[in-house]
Amino acid sequence: MVGAQRRSALAAVLSVVFLVLLLLAWHLATLQSASSVASAAVSTAGVDPEYLKLLGKDPGTTKTTGFPTPLQIGEAGWKHITNPFYDNGPNDKGIAIQLGHSLLRVGLGFFIACLVAIPLGFVIGMSPLLSEALNPFIQVLKPISPLAWMPLALYTIKDSSTSGIFVIFICSIWPMLINTAFGVAGVRRDLLNVAATLEVTPLRRAFLVILPTAAPTIVTGMRISMGIAWLVIVAAEMLVGGTGIGYFVWNEWNNLSITNVIFAILVIGVSGMFLDFLFARLQKLVSYVD
Amino acid sequence: MSEFLKVEALGKSFAPGAMPVFENVWFDITKGEFVCIIGHSGCGKTTILNVLAGLDRATTGNVFMMKREVKGPSLERGVVFQSHALMPWLSVKKNVLFAVNSRWPDLPRDEAETRALRYIEMVGLKGAEHKKPSELSGGMKQRVGIARAFCIEPKMLLLDEPFGALDALTRGTIQDELLRIVQATHQTVFMITHDVDEAMLLADRILLMSNGPRAQIAEIVQNTMTRERTRNTIHHDPQYYRIRNHLVDFLVNRSKEYQPREAGLQPPTVKPGIESDDKPRPTLVRVA
Ligand SMILES: Nc1ncnc2c1ncn2[C@@H]1O[C@H](COP(=O)(O)OP(=O)(O)OP(=O)(O)O)[C@@H](O)[C@H]1O
Ligand SMILES: [Mg+2]
Repeated sequence: MVGAQRRSALAAVLSVVFLVLLLLAWHLATLQSASSVASAAVSTAGVDPEYLKLLGKDPGTTKTTGFPTPLQIGEAGWKHITNPFYDNGPNDKGIAIQLGHSLLRVGLGFFIACLVAIPLGFVIGMSPLLSEALNPFIQVLKPISPLAWMPLALYTIKDSSTSGIFVIFICSIWPMLINTAFGVAGVRRDLLNVAATLEVTPLRRAFLVILPTAAPTIVTGMRISMGIAWLVIVAAEMLVGGTGIGYFVWNEWNNLSITNVIFAILVIGVSGMFLDFLFARLQKLVSYVD
Repeated sequence: MSEFLKVEALGKSFAPGAMPVFENVWFDITKGEFVCIIGHSGCGKTTILNVLAGLDRATTGNVFMMKREVKGPSLERGVVFQSHALMPWLSVKKNVLFAVNSRWPDLPRDEAETRALRYIEMVGLKGAEHKKPSELSGGMKQRVGIARAFCIEPKMLLLDEPFGALDALTRGTIQDELLRIVQATHQTVFMITHDVDEAMLLADRILLMSNGPRAQIAEIVQNTMTRERTRNTIHHDPQYYRIRNHLVDFLVNRSKEYQPREAGLQPPTVKPGIESDDKPRPTLVRVA
């Protein structure tokens, strides 16, 4: 125990060291290009930076061809974080609003996928016949990139936001379906025998014997699904535009604000980590030692 | 007293046309009787028990309990499984409670808990009721299985090697407990065991099963020792070594050479050292 504790402490220290080294390397690598661009901008234009600021063009965040330094990212990030909810029209919304849109889409698509995949997986897991009959469909549908559905979704649904939800739904469904079926099919014979000798009703058996048995596998499927959904939502929003963190990235790219793009990338990463953390907690809750 | 449980011409083969694992199995059990079955590994004891429980169907023959045919599992027959079969995600108390709630779905929560705790205490697991099965020893798990089977007050108990995984000391304590509980509740018990001494301590009659395939009940040994026997006094009974030698001789020698009886003949009942009636009795075949 002590060994494990010491190791985690050491790991934490090492993580911080790596972070510092990474930031330092980044800083040194970008310092030169940033300063040369800045000096070039100043010398050619000969304009006072204070004047640029008055014009609303902060030299720190002006679009330059140079790669931003970590400090510039931090500065831009601080601005976004301290004012996350502003809304200046369709192309300029606070980061929290954009993130909220993405999370809402993912949550909704994922939730509907749960409602479909878990009961269906249950039925497939219980019935070897249905499992064999539906297997070819699952095998064909599963490897299709969720974005390939996008044109079809846009054509039939005619709403970009709903199409995004549909794409999340379609990509979340497979890991959950397959894992649920697998977990349910793996329920131990002797536990079913116990339920049978106790004359447990089918509903009670499903919820009190089979579901707890399969729960760790089901939650693993949910965790994989959520991971995929978070990958896909960014791509989907870049494609259809409108709102969301993916659209934000695309929009900032069009504004040539690499600083904002990098900040958005960090936000996507941290949000994904947080979502995964939620499912890791859930997994811990339903797991058991056999 | 009329038969409580009646097993007639039972046979089972797992694949159509395959050699039956056992066949022509006849025996009956009266109410309040403790019957053990002994036989070599793989002869089909668990399969017979599963058929009695209603979890498996025999290929031929029938089982009747209180004159009704056994067609499926029922709360009237409590089963202790060879693999204890506890739900690994539930605590000891909740495992037992699961059975109580299945038997009496409308029982108020606190009454159900009191009942579950009473049976947990009975098997000596008081204080461990909040532990998960993974935190229990093999013997403790088996005792939870026993508590779960007893707490629904079944009309009959089916035990599949309940003490198989236990060390001699624990085994002895739980055997005593089982004997005490069974005598107090006049339970009817059918139990599988590999242990000759266990069978002699607990059983009123011992069914000897020949080796498979096509195993049969070769003979039924009547336990002629006093019912007040205990683990410590049993050796002093003059019948002890006679019965023991008879059982061991069967397991070591005769179970292999056993020649199957013709269909329809019931196994003989023997009282080692008192009389031996080795001639098979013709059966009264039930007319459906
Ligand atoms: N589901 C099954 N399919 C095919 N054969 C089976 C099946 N279950 C049991 N058997 C066979 O039936 C025979 C009897 O098995 P059973 O489990 O009843 O033996 P047992 O007497 O309880 O043995 P043990 O003392 O080792 O528990 C064995 O030879 C086994 O291989
Ligand atoms: Mg067995």
